[in-house]
Amino acid sequence: MSATFVGMPAFPVAAREALANSQQRRNLAHATSTIRAKRAAVVAEVDDWEQLRLAGAAIKDNTLLHLDEQLLRLEESLTARGATVHWARDAAEACAVVAEVARGHGVDEVVKVKSMATVEIGLNDALAAEGIAAWETDLAELIVQLGDDLPSHILVPAIHRNRAEIREIFLRHMAEAGRPAPADLTDEPARLAEAARLHLREKFLRAKVAVSGANFAVADSGTLVVVESEGNGRMCLTLPEVLVSVVGIEKVVPTWADLDVFLQLLPRSSTGERMNPYTSTWAGVTPGDGPQEVHVVLLDNGRTRALADEVGRQALRCIRCSACLNVCPVYERTGGHAYGSVYPGPIGAILNPLLKGVGVDAQTDSLPYASSLCGACFEACPVRIDIPSVLVDLRAQVVDAHRPSAKPEALAMRAAAAAFGSGARLGALERLSGLAGRLLGSRGRTAPGGRRLLGRVPGPGAAWTDTRDLPRPPAESFRAWWSRTGGRDE
Amino acid sequence: MRVALMVTCINDAMFPDAGKAVVRLLHRLGVDVEFPAAQTCCGQPMVNTGYLDEAVPLLRTFVDAFEGYDAVVAPSGSCAGSVRHQHAAVARRSGDPGLVAAAERISPTVYELSEFLVDVLGVEDVGAFFPHTVTYHPTCHSLRMLGVGDRPTRLLRAVHGLRLLDLPAADQCCGFGGTFAVKNADTSVAMGADKARHVRETGAEVLVAGDSSCLMHIGGLLSRQRSGVRVMHLAEVLAATEAAA
Ligand code: SF4
Repeated sequence: MSATFVGMPAFPVAAREALANSQQRRNLAHATSTIRAKRAAVVAEVDDWEQLRLAGAAIKDNTLLHLDEQLLRLEESLTARGATVHWARDAAEACAVVAEVARGHGVDEVVKVKSMATVEIGLNDALAAEGIAAWETDLAELIVQLGDDLPSHILVPAIHRNRAEIREIFLRHMAEAGRPAPADLTDEPARLAEAARLHLREKFLRAKVAVSGANFAVADSGTLVVVESEGNGRMCLTLPEVLVSVVGIEKVVPTWADLDVFLQLLPRSSTGERMNPYTSTWAGVTPGDGPQEVHVVLLDNGRTRALADEVGRQALRCIRCSACLNVCPVYERTGGHAYGSVYPGPIGAILNPLLKGVGVDAQTDSLPYASSLCGACFEACPVRIDIPSVLVDLRAQVVDAHRPSAKPEALAMRAAAAAFGSGARLGALERLSGLAGRLLGSRGRTAPGGRRLLGRVPGPGAAWTDTRDLPRPPAESFRAWWSRTGGRDE
Repeated sequence: MRVALMVTCINDAMFPDAGKAVVRLLHRLGVDVEFPAAQTCCGQPMVNTGYLDEAVPLLRTFVDAFEGYDAVVAPSGSCAGSVRHQHAAVARRSGDPGLVAAAERISPTVYELSEFLVDVLGVEDVGAFFPHTVTYHPTCHSLRMLGVGDRPTRLLRAVHGLRLLDLPAADQCCGFGGTFAVKNADTSVAMGADKARHVRETGAEVLVAGDSSCLMHIGGLLSRQRSGVRVMHLAEVLAATEAAA
């Protein structure tokens, strides 16, 4: 697969392209509004939703505070139950572990459970470089993989596609990857699912090695948890002889009892279901049952960097439910690709800069600005990540990383700060702008209500006036009116 | 009770009618509101663009202007939200404990207009007369940052002659977002176009909101589309009386 996020342009440029894709805009508006309504309905059923959110946030915060101890406990429990634990500092180390295991078993293919961590580390490409094919078995990931496309959503990576497009992808590309799609395939959901099922079934039955992530890793029992809708994940977790799970270090929770909170929060927030159809849990190796060789790769890849960020560390609470994407007005219009990462939407806008660090590349630095700060994400987040506050803090980090700057924006901000230095100075500037407004006389259009409009403004102001009208500055500012009348001109 | 008007920089320089409306409304309700002339801007444009150092002197100006009042009224959910939720971080950035303490003292005295009317003055019927069909857009910061809830619509429903029409997808952001409106102009306008469409769908004559900034954005689109829909600040509608209409 050659599709890659590497080298994506900064958000405003990528977004402009995406906004021009009317098919995608329609697909996304439909999909996100449907899931938003479903989520709102099932969340409203839970009387103690706010308490659950607080509990979820508190468990995660507490675990992150003692992450070192919790991870060692997890390693101990996993090892005691027959799993082999590997520690990976970054993507390359994690990919190397998986490749090593696959090579050790002489296989040229692995089947994959849907997993964000393995997409984050670029595992499929790394394995392909070693001559090992990694087959995605989640339906949406399969659509993305067959279409040589990129995921655009955490939960529904092919959310930008509709049924007609999916039929097309299956007909054209399934044959290259195994069992072809039936020639008479229609775009009925049942027919599409059947084609995928037949195609995947061959792979499940053949594969010796499976790769997964995990939604949760329970420290005191060494249990990994995968939550899914299709059952394809469970096929991968139970049929092959060998299982490698790549798990971000923030996925650890202290005890089995803690899962109670998250298994209530997650399905309602993500798919808008009261309970998810498949919850698979396993701890190490069980003789005669499931994979007999189990590896767990504990992945850092920037998570300790995020943990060191006082404001941003709350992003590590994230349980990847995607509620913030579904409610985000920016995401709804641009789609996920514009964010240039496997983590799009509001969580991506904070997680990418936190994992990678700011001030290094323009694309990452553009992400904290990819938000109107409307706060819908914070309101929806089941673990109460205050995404707007983290965005604002990251913006300050981006600006600080480039100080001193002579960019037009930095100059404009300094000029504005100077203009706002005192009431008297602002008043003088307002008199000037009022004069300029009056000099324009009676030319130009008038807005409903009678305000005269400014024409097209040159320079950076054109970004406003190209698409939106702007009133002329008033002849008299508020402060001038007050000093003339004392506030009593009735 | 000493009450100060925090008119906000955008109302001061661009939309003085919104500020004048607050003054008239408060006078009518018996509040002798003062305008501290030292005030300029709360610093939100700088903070939300990442320029914290540039916001520090603005916070000092803000403190000088508003120290000592029992209540500070702002006809803006966004600016009141910035004071209550962001000034602490700006003050910390200054490293000046005096400024941190001053910001902490003043923040809780700052009210968005509908909060001040309903919670402090305890009024819902402000005696306004406005015989027009109106739809109301709850701006994000008043809705989610401040949680003003239905205070603005309770005030509007009590206005004589006014017919309030429900705005579809009202809680969706209009796409203004401060410098977002120019840094990500294409996305901003895509959001605003949908908001403008919903406003037109209501058939209302007037779109009302509590933030002039959002109104400048939605109104700019509505006017460019020749929709004929007028935008007005909540304060202007509440200040309108039979004599003035
Ligand atoms: S940030 Fe919150 S809402 Fe977004 S994916 Fe993570 S847990 Fe879900």
